[in-house]
Amino acid sequence: MRAYLGRRYHLSASHRLHCAGLTEDENRTVYGKCNNPHGHGHNYVVEVMVGGNVDPVTGMVCDLAQLDSCVQREIVDRFDHTNLNLYPGFSGHVPTTENFNVELYRLLTAAFTQAQIVSVRVEETAKNSFEYPAPAGAGKAALA
Amino acid sequence: MILLTRKAEFSASHYYWNDAWSAEENARAFGKCSNRNGHGHNYTLVVTVAGEIDPETGFVVDLKQLKDVVEREVISAYDHRHLNLEVPEFASAMPTTENIAIAIWKRLDSKIAGARLHRVRVYEMQDLFADYYGEP
Repeated sequence: MRAYLGRRYHLSASHRLHCAGLTEDENRTVYGKCNNPHGHGHNYVVEVMVGGNVDPVTGMVCDLAQLDSCVQREIVDRFDHTNLNLYPGFSGHVPTTENFNVELYRLLTAAFTQAQIVSVRVEETAKNSFEYPAPAGAGKAALA
Repeated sequence: MILLTRKAEFSASHYYWNDAWSAEENARAFGKCSNRNGHGHNYTLVVTVAGEIDPETGFVVDLKQLKDVVEREVISAYDHRHLNLEVPEFASAMPTTENIAIAIWKRLDSKIAGARLHRVRVYEMQDLFADYYGEP
């Protein structure tokens, strides 16, 4: 039977929303407080949802320790207590939580193959959250 | 169609152990969860049902009825119990969060008059949960 396992991870990082193609005034208008030249930070929550058949022996969709170690290595170690603007993947991209969310999905799907990454949700604050569901057809190879 | 969600809580103990494996194999597969003396959690159950809004009552389903069904079918059987030893479905299935969600689905399915079960979500703790949508 197919079930889904959700796991939440925590990391803290700073960023500044600023688009090189816009003027200073335009940036302030578009990004408001988030355009502060010195940046600001958040305690992000990254919620990873994996899906797959429940193993009849272990009762699990995947080995939780493997998921934890993968997310630790690929996500938490890479981004926790860093400045997202300096991450090479955001060169030329604004580190909005939308872009961060898509990048987290990309990193995880490339590294975790024991179950399908069904979605990645990112809570930037308790009030703002973003979710990137796997595009249709993505990740089926992981289940084959 | 509209979705309606009701939460409930239960506290229970469990362990993960496969009799066919050695103690070392169990420890390797299940880590701390293989402690035969058990351990426990405060579980949060989140039941979501789907249905149409009754034009007279404005309800999808009477929340009191949903609360009572969840209490009768799940909470009274799981709360302050040892899942492996006292809940029949876990005599043959590991009481993982995934299997608990599936078992609760089976307990609730077709018991909620006027609505269809949409999702069973079980939080073992705030940062670990499982969803089951009735998929084979």
